[in-house]
Amino acid sequence: MRNTKKTLAGALLAMTALIGSANAQVLFWSNQAVPVEETQKMREQVLKGFDGVDFQAQDPGPFITRIEAEAKAGSGAIGVVGALHGELSTYPDDWMDLSDIDLGAVKPSPAFMELGKLGTSEQKYLPWMQANYVMAANKQALQYLPEGADINALTYDQLIAWAKNMAEQTGSPKFGFPAGPKGLKHRFFQGFLLPAFTASEVTKFRSPEAETAWNKFKELWQYTNPASTNYDFMQEPLLTGDVWVAFDHIARLGEAFNQKPDDFVAFPAPAGPKGRAFMPVLAGLAIPKWAPDPAKSKELVKYMMQPETQVATLLATNFFPTTDAPLPADLPASARALGPAVATMTSAPDALPALLPVGLGDLGGQFNQAYTDTFERIVLGNQDVRQVLDQQAEVLRKIMVDAKAPCWTPDAASEGPCPVE
Amino acid sequence: MTDVASNDQPQAVAEVSRAGRFVFVAGTVLMCAWVLVPIYLLLVNALSSPAQVTGFPKTGLPGFDFGSLQFFIGFSGVAKALWNSVLVAVLTMVFAIGIGAPAGYALSRFDFPGKSAFRLLVLMTRAFPLPLLALPIAVMFIQVGLDDTPIGLALVHTTLAIPFAVLITFSIFSGIPVELEEAAWTLGCNRAQAFQRVVLPLVLPGIAASAIFAFTISWNEVFAASVLTVQNRTLTAFLLQSLNVSPLHLKFAGGAALVVPALLFIFAVRKYLFAMWGIANR
Amino acid sequence: MPQRALPYLLLLPATLFLLVFFLYPFVQIAVLAFSDGQSFTLEHFQTMVGHWKFPATFWNTILLAAIVVPIQLVMALAMASVVMRLKTGRNTILYIFTIPLGLSDLAAGIIWLAIFEQSGFLNSLLVSLGIVGKPILFLGYQNIWVIFIAVVLAEVWRATAIVMVILVSGMGLIPKEYYEAAEVFGASPWQRFRKVTLPMLRPSLQTALILRTIAAFEVFAVVVALGGTTLPVLVGETYNWQFNLRDPNVAAAYALVILAISIAATLVYLRVLRVPKGATI
Repeated sequence: MRNTKKTLAGALLAMTALIGSANAQVLFWSNQAVPVEETQKMREQVLKGFDGVDFQAQDPGPFITRIEAEAKAGSGAIGVVGALHGELSTYPDDWMDLSDIDLGAVKPSPAFMELGKLGTSEQKYLPWMQANYVMAANKQALQYLPEGADINALTYDQLIAWAKNMAEQTGSPKFGFPAGPKGLKHRFFQGFLLPAFTASEVTKFRSPEAETAWNKFKELWQYTNPASTNYDFMQEPLLTGDVWVAFDHIARLGEAFNQKPDDFVAFPAPAGPKGRAFMPVLAGLAIPKWAPDPAKSKELVKYMMQPETQVATLLATNFFPTTDAPLPADLPASARALGPAVATMTSAPDALPALLPVGLGDLGGQFNQAYTDTFERIVLGNQDVRQVLDQQAEVLRKIMVDAKAPCWTPDAASEGPCPVE
Repeated sequence: MTDVASNDQPQAVAEVSRAGRFVFVAGTVLMCAWVLVPIYLLLVNALSSPAQVTGFPKTGLPGFDFGSLQFFIGFSGVAKALWNSVLVAVLTMVFAIGIGAPAGYALSRFDFPGKSAFRLLVLMTRAFPLPLLALPIAVMFIQVGLDDTPIGLALVHTTLAIPFAVLITFSIFSGIPVELEEAAWTLGCNRAQAFQRVVLPLVLPGIAASAIFAFTISWNEVFAASVLTVQNRTLTAFLLQSLNVSPLHLKFAGGAALVVPALLFIFAVRKYLFAMWGIANR
Repeated sequence: MPQRALPYLLLLPATLFLLVFFLYPFVQIAVLAFSDGQSFTLEHFQTMVGHWKFPATFWNTILLAAIVVPIQLVMALAMASVVMRLKTGRNTILYIFTIPLGLSDLAAGIIWLAIFEQSGFLNSLLVSLGIVGKPILFLGYQNIWVIFIAVVLAEVWRATAIVMVILVSGMGLIPKEYYEAAEVFGASPWQRFRKVTLPMLRPSLQTALILRTIAAFEVFAVVVALGGTTLPVLVGETYNWQFNLRDPNVAAAYALVILAISIAATLVYLRVLRVPKGATI
């Protein structure tokens, strides 16, 4: 028996020398389209027109670790990186200049191209796809809307009244919020709640208006399903009926519309005293400086920007094109419901765009954590609002100073680091 | 001896043993149910349609909808990833036992300076989170050329499995009286022969247990696999990490699909855990 | 025969292996916890300890381990004894008991979430039996102790098999003669267990407890699945600092805390469950 064990081991070792060979494929390393169905569609529909690409989607941990390891080693296998603006802006020095890619007739949105420079003079990434955050409601919830409320133009007060009606008349809280560990709650606080009340993302962090904003959210939280601290993707609780009204990223609401299109409606986020604030989500394509085959990587990036690919990406991931690619008429239910909601929100008369953070580099994660901690302490921990805001403002101030990042929309431009008043 | 017993004694003993047996059987059934019911529920959800998985109340019966499982079978690249996982797991097993068992023997039979230091080193390996170590290991592998090879990943998994192999074989060897080996020496065997003929069969349950751990640790490991393999991905790197953010019905189907090979392996190895029960009886 | 060198020769492969694949990367990371690029500093530990989540994180982890490990020990001993006593169907029952070993902790988290969530199996059972009118919210952040209990249940279910497999492989070594002798002297099953099984199982007990406790301090996937953000544990915070907050120094500090408590627990076990030195050469 031990002899057969030895020969088996020998055979295996011989085989492993053969396996593990590299091929000439471009490694497309992404932390988007991670859910298995999206990965499948990326591979089989979006990328089928490109010969020689290996699309691998990762969880954040391995995604970052691999990039950092390759950066340290100075070489590696990754050809193209697909990630959100927040992640790409953490490593601005690792990306090649993409200005020499000839996009031909394709015109990406200029605002996004500007973001893609990451505050430098080089085109560090090309805008790949965009999304936004909206609200979704089960049609059963519509009967509880307060008098005179227009679902496409709600205010925070009306939302709170709505949530209260539902909670009281159905006996359990029916509003849901992605407060889980992978939930995108920090973007809600940075781009929706605070700007709607203060017209600012950073500078007015501890103003009296900010205090009002947090108190309003605390009020809303009373009528929120407490399991929200487990929710990462609101489509699931919407489908199970645990939640009737939810706020989330459109890609995380899509499944609800696809599985039960007649049960749900999508509508813009509510407006506060200063306007209807929203923060777009932007994903970009970058090429690491150590990519094994830069020419082929650039071809892949160019391919991803073509109109057909952009539309296929929409069908696969629920992220909309960043270029002026024309959309077909026969979109899936999720795109048909969510697209108009986004459009209504971004073109509303009181629309107040709040941009993604720029220039934070490494400290982007800590920036987000400052807002998440504020939420956890005020809303979950019930700590005194004024005290928490003052303490967290200190944290925020230190981050802005360390990062030397100037202010961005909606805050007015600043000389030097963005101040926290 | 049987005739000496009085009239009450046999009855009392029989009653006690009947009650004892009932408790024993009931306890066993309860423990089996405790293990099996959640697995059953996993299968129910894996075999149900998406609507049933998100519906309420759950009936507890599978819907026999194979859509979710079919999705995984059709997922391009699954077969290759499956093969890579098996390969890495088998290599891990071989390395872990080959390196760990001699160390376990040395720890139990000899007393030498550095013994506690070695034990502590072995244990520290388990006590430090692997995701932090993955970064320097990945840098090392890229520079050395072990990046993206099954053997490289197997070496990392072996590091995780060695503590089990060393300590389990240590505890088994410690239970085998050294007199058995000494007896074999007096009968003319040299050290290696004595080990092979006398000790090795007795330590088979320890080797089986170490093999089970090495296999399942390697099979289920996600983080290092995701970082250290890119085109020769194992099943966990390929699939498992995406499950966490995938729709509910696929989470269950994927989880169920990943479990099956590990279960098959344990099934194959289970009798070796008891291989020497008969021997101890002699 | 080179007697003196033999133990070192046997240890050599393992030592070299661990030096290259563990110690070398470990030193690179451990250094991060104490340095800021140039000099020795304790500021990362200060940041870690001063963070508002640290006490809860630390004590949650310790408490979880302190509750889960003893329960698992008792259950594993019971399961192992059952398996030893059986004559028919022993292999099957042994196999059933080891099934949870094949599951990753991610899968175990998914299963127990399916049981405890608001529209999950437990609520379905309670509602259909009429015990409650509406589904109960088990995993809400207001009842942290319920989440805690759910995590304990899930961990006990998942990891008891680990302890059991180690104990079973050790139990088989105990010669039957000892039990027979004890029976002849009138020992009850409980006394036989206490006086024969447990002492002879010492090496396996030591191994099983050490390995299981170290793993318990690293509990993560199940806690995240059931508790989301409400139950912070040490490994979760390590991940958070490393990948979200991008601060590898504080992450390394957290990892060293995990290492420290693991070493402490190990030393306790090594002392309390000392393996008799009978088998020396």
